[in-house]
Amino acid sequence: MITVEHIFKSFNGISVLEDVSVVFEKGKTNLIIGRSGSGKTVLMKSLVGLHEVDRGAILYGQRDFVAMNFNERKELRREIGMMFQGSALFDSLTVEENVMFPLNMFTNMSEAEKFERTNNCLRRVNLENVNGLYPGELSGGMKKRVAIARAIVQNPSYLFCDEPNSGLDPKTALVIDDLISEITHEYDITTVINTHDMNSVMEIGEKVVFIHEGHIRWEGTREEILDSNDVNLNDFVFASNFAKKIKALTSSSDSRP
Amino acid sequence: MNFFSIFGKYIILLSRVFSKPEKSKIYFRQIIREIENLGLNSIGIVILISIFIGAVITLQTRYNLESSWIPLYLIGLTARDTILLEFSSTMVGLILAGKVGSNIASEIGHMRITEQIDALEMMGINSASYLILPKIIAAVLFNPFLTLISMGVGIFGGWMAAITTGALSSSDYIYGIQYLFVPFYITYALVKTVVYAFIITSVSAFYGYYVQGGALEVGRSSTRGVVYSSILILLADLVITQLMLA
Repeated sequence: MITVEHIFKSFNGISVLEDVSVVFEKGKTNLIIGRSGSGKTVLMKSLVGLHEVDRGAILYGQRDFVAMNFNERKELRREIGMMFQGSALFDSLTVEENVMFPLNMFTNMSEAEKFERTNNCLRRVNLENVNGLYPGELSGGMKKRVAIARAIVQNPSYLFCDEPNSGLDPKTALVIDDLISEITHEYDITTVINTHDMNSVMEIGEKVVFIHEGHIRWEGTREEILDSNDVNLNDFVFASNFAKKIKALTSSSDSRP
Repeated sequence: MNFFSIFGKYIILLSRVFSKPEKSKIYFRQIIREIENLGLNSIGIVILISIFIGAVITLQTRYNLESSWIPLYLIGLTARDTILLEFSSTMVGLILAGKVGSNIASEIGHMRITEQIDALEMMGINSASYLILPKIIAAVLFNPFLTLISMGVGIFGGWMAAITTGALSSSDYIYGIQYLFVPFYITYALVKTVVYAFIITSVSAFYGYYVQGGALEVGRSSTRGVVYSSILILLADLVITQLMLA
């Protein structure tokens, strides 16, 4: 579980996060949604220390990440897996070397053990026979899957995914969503996903947090999201004309005697 | 103020670069890879430029020494000293600043904008040390060999030019390159090379590491890396020459 308590973050005097408090639950897919520029990426990067918060606390279990020194953070980060928006695979390494990279850096496993663990993770994300390929030779969906394999190779307790579906077609996006959801439940980890894809929200959003102009405006489940009265949330959820028509049709059918 | 801010960031980056590595075995492998990337892959260009510059120095010296009072073997001596004192260290340093410096700045800059550096940090790896330290060590270890190669090839190029154009005889040239030889000049050139290697790798890496934005900014940071490396090389040349030869 990750508990965020009253965090503030600004850049050059411009406030991006203001008094944000939220709990991300263990064993669930926690989704942060919001418009571009709402502060969701800053929130996620603050959670993992890629941005320093101005004040507030970020508790991983009982451990306050903000108060930790450099070495303590390094230790904690080994419990964290992260999938970046652009996958962030190392161009100069093959798929296998990318996934094996954290094992090479932080474990004393034998070569055979590392290969076994790497191949297990690649199989888990349904990737086989691509071990020798370089990231430049993979499709967008395959890159995302390799990024997930690398994120879980050290059995993390926390998984962060920044826009896991960006640049993917709806069907591949669904595969990635399902994979993240399955891994979350299988390993019983705390997963935090940053997205503005409403399909993801409706598919896997067990806990949804809506952020608007640096404030948490709404929290709930995917079932509750459609009944919300929050104007900003409704603007976001029903942004497309298609969604508006669906809502109008649903409302009219509900109001019929 | 901007200068102090940039200099401060550079020093902070260096302090991270020279902190204890996570796993020495991995770093050793990286150093070998960088020796190949930055050093071995530069041998071709160093040989090509050195042979031509050695030849040109010899021919220019010959055509500027028309007086019959000056013995021809001094052309060999002039070519040798020019190559040893300045060309093989400083000129090759400036060429490497262009080739290696732009390579380092654009590689690290690309890793920054594609979040690969963030990924390293997220894994608990000191990205500055992991990416930059092997490059600095590789260049500091290997560039002196490039300088020695440049010296040998440059002097050979001068000899080739001398005998193929008939500017002077082979024996005059060979006598000239041995005449009043000061071995300390080689030490002086190698000291300069080591300092230049550090400047090229650390300054270019600095501009790549702190790049923000997209491909355009990576290109700009690469240019800045080369320009500032070159300026610092010339400054270092002045300081080291004053310290070692004055």
